[in-house]
Amino acid sequence: MQRKYKFGVVIFLLVVVHAAILFAGFFAPYGYATQNRELPFAPPTELHFVDQAGKWHVRPFVYALADDSDNPGAYRTDLNTRYAMHFFVQGTPYKIAGIFASRVHLFGVSDPGRVFLMGTDEFGRDQFSRFLFGGQLSLLAGLLAAALSVSVGIVVGGIAGFYGGWVDDLLMRGGELFLALPWLYLLFAVRAALPLHVSQAQVLLLLVAVVGLIGWARPARLIRGVVLSAKERNSVLAARGFGASDAYLLRRHVLPEAYGVVLTQITLLIPQYILAEVTLTFLGLGVGEPMPSWGSLLASLQQYYVLSTYWWMFLPALLLIPLFLAYYSVADAVQERLKSVAL
Amino acid sequence: MGRTRNRRHRAWGCGAIVVCALLAIWGATAIRPLNAAQPGEELAITETPVGRMGGSLVIALRSEPKTLNPALAVDDPSREVLGCLNADLIDINRQTLKTAPALAKSWEVSKDGKQYTLHLRRGLRFSDGQPFNADDVVFTFQVLLDEKIHSPQRDLLVIVDKPIAVEKIDDYTVRFSLAQPYAAADRIFDGIAILPRHLLEATYRDGKFPQAWSLSAPPSQFAGLGPFRLKEYVPGQRVVLERNPYYWKQDKSGNRLPYLNELQFLFVSNEDAEVIRFEAGDTDLLSRVGAENFTMLQKQQAAKGYHVADLGAGLEYNFLFFNLNDLSSKGKPEIAAKQAWFRDVRFRQAVSEAIDRADIVRLVYAGRATPLWGQVTPGNKLWIDSALPHPQCSLDHAKELLRSAGFSWKGDGTLVDPHGKAVEFSILTSSSNAQRTKMATIVQDDLSHLGMNVHIVPLEFRAMVARLLNSFDYEAVVMGIASGDADPTSEMNVWVSDGETHLWNLAGKPSTPWEAQMDKLMQQQEVTINYAKRKQLYDRVQEIVSQNLPVICLVSPNILVGAKDRVGNFRPAILDPYVLWNVEELYVR
Repeated sequence: MQRKYKFGVVIFLLVVVHAAILFAGFFAPYGYATQNRELPFAPPTELHFVDQAGKWHVRPFVYALADDSDNPGAYRTDLNTRYAMHFFVQGTPYKIAGIFASRVHLFGVSDPGRVFLMGTDEFGRDQFSRFLFGGQLSLLAGLLAAALSVSVGIVVGGIAGFYGGWVDDLLMRGGELFLALPWLYLLFAVRAALPLHVSQAQVLLLLVAVVGLIGWARPARLIRGVVLSAKERNSVLAARGFGASDAYLLRRHVLPEAYGVVLTQITLLIPQYILAEVTLTFLGLGVGEPMPSWGSLLASLQQYYVLSTYWWMFLPALLLIPLFLAYYSVADAVQERLKSVAL
Repeated sequence: MGRTRNRRHRAWGCGAIVVCALLAIWGATAIRPLNAAQPGEELAITETPVGRMGGSLVIALRSEPKTLNPALAVDDPSREVLGCLNADLIDINRQTLKTAPALAKSWEVSKDGKQYTLHLRRGLRFSDGQPFNADDVVFTFQVLLDEKIHSPQRDLLVIVDKPIAVEKIDDYTVRFSLAQPYAAADRIFDGIAILPRHLLEATYRDGKFPQAWSLSAPPSQFAGLGPFRLKEYVPGQRVVLERNPYYWKQDKSGNRLPYLNELQFLFVSNEDAEVIRFEAGDTDLLSRVGAENFTMLQKQQAAKGYHVADLGAGLEYNFLFFNLNDLSSKGKPEIAAKQAWFRDVRFRQAVSEAIDRADIVRLVYAGRATPLWGQVTPGNKLWIDSALPHPQCSLDHAKELLRSAGFSWKGDGTLVDPHGKAVEFSILTSSSNAQRTKMATIVQDDLSHLGMNVHIVPLEFRAMVARLLNSFDYEAVVMGIASGDADPTSEMNVWVSDGETHLWNLAGKPSTPWEAQMDKLMQQQEVTINYAKRKQLYDRVQEIVSQNLPVICLVSPNILVGAKDRVGNFRPAILDPYVLWNVEELYVR
């Protein structure tokens, strides 16, 4: 009962997060490219309900930020200027799913006030908005690429492990060849063949294709190992004795043994692939400025001054941890369910 | 000077007598180096405050040197280390940016400006104790000019397609002959390390020079005329230099330089690692850091016993430029169509006026940079045209310029050209340079206010260069050039239309009247000896650039350095090597 309840919370959280990312334009108070050049590296804005005089406000408000003249690069809160928070406000135009245009944002404060729930980056762009928009591409690309590489891995690894012999040799040596290829130079060639400016949809396809295709060999090896041991089990031998076909054996008895490996692989690969996008961006195959991606939000942490000076730049990374844990617990639950069904 | 020397001799007392006795036995080859000048030794005397002898300093290098052969080194770390091991004939003083005597104590220029006669200091010795004379100079230039050696310095010595001719007049006089007068001829000697003939001639004759003085060669094989000599090379970790006891400079009170006993270069992986080592006190000097790291270090400098210094603009200029190459044979109809905009000077002016350079300075460099309106930075005080106008950043004026060029705006604010085509182009940047990507991000945002749809395309550096120089498959680029010298001749490649770095149009010939005029002015200044006349010519070039904007200059980053408070005579300069140019004068307080 306890477990079910927890699982419900996790699912709810995931739905909320995905909805926020899918409708990033609505949930984000600002556009991902909107610069506030007077407010670079501003800390997260605090929401208040009680003002200086101790008076309660039903509507939350924020204080204005001003340059701290004693301390260049830092800000002080101007307690005399308050901006109330409003809901369903008009703001930067955006499109949902690339089709429905709108200007309505879930929340915002009256101009010239600004609300930065996760602070701002070096151009004064709202990190919260960038986190939501960045998720659109990173999450989709990460999920699809992981799904692609693991499915190719299941097919190749499953066949190689199940049939063995020259099929195994051929597929596995092929996989090793893939691992050994000098990808860097191949990717240079891919970039040179592409047009100068690559649109966002093309970037998504590219990321999925490149990351998925490079990545299938490792899961394939793992799955082959599992299949190799599973096909010798008594249950499998018995089923074969009763005349089960290869396809049936693979589907019903052998591959289910690999579920655990597949799920852990996917959960490990998604964050890895989100970061791989940074490398691809370096080669000109990912998203460039001003488009955000989770990879680029995390990459800014590689700089020492960001790491040591602006703690809020960690927030995207910190938010990703519960998200991936949630994925993992869903994967775990699915595995449990499958096991109980199989039994 | 004589008196000082005598006093020193007395101080040595019986030690000197023992030395004399040894000399008598082993002959002239075993001269024991002394702190004071030897008879017949023409030492240079420095003007800086007298320091303390002894001690050692540590500095970080952002990567490992590739070689210790000064004739072959191209990478910055190698050159930085080699600068401490070697000496040149004529030096560019890093503070005045003018030439100063080094191994050559004086020189004369013939009336026609084609012959330079250099008088060498007498009685100097390499760091292994062997004497230095004109043969070493002739040998050095023979090696550098040898096409089989592929020395990166050969280009410098080939003036208007003719290599410099070197001839020995006597043991201490060398004559360099040029095919035509060359205004900056004395400056080309800066950084050209004089090689020891006695160590390298045999190797050179055997055709093995390119393998000589590699990183694995033992220290005993090396000798140079620099303030230090190689003591130890630990691959992947550090290179340690020790004091050259035969160095040819002394201070005002007669101490033979350098002051330091040891100089250590630590290999670190990147700028952040360098900053962390400096912050932790592992290194004494910080060569050049980014603005953010500088700001961070500045906050703690009082508490941690070091200080950081902002030297103002260096010689690097960052700029935006459009592809103005002739694309008729390249099969790029899309880019060629957009060139109609790029070729219109009003379009380029509008772009220039829409870019907020002050914001670039503030947001990309945390205020540690200088806005630019021409290619010469304020750091280059000898050559900057201070009369150049600095048009204010003005969207209204930019829009006016575009309107006068036939552009208009659609209802949603999109800029369209006279044919109704929306203005959309991409800007290439090198993805390994975070500053330039940030610069492009600001430019992109600024231009969006003009209704231009600009995309930023970060590419790996080599891929970007291939597009710039070979395929011409680009529309606009943000990049930078760091001049190696303050003199305009070092910029010939950029501004003359057949130059290799005439980036916006590599046709090899001028395609507009103003480019033809720039060619003429640049060639004229190259052969004009008089500084005032040259300045006039180069001022005109700067004017043409700022009016016609083949490149839209943006900002020049300041040179930011640091040192522990215990380092004496720390006088950093805006020209490379920023903190080590006077390494012989540095001392530990």
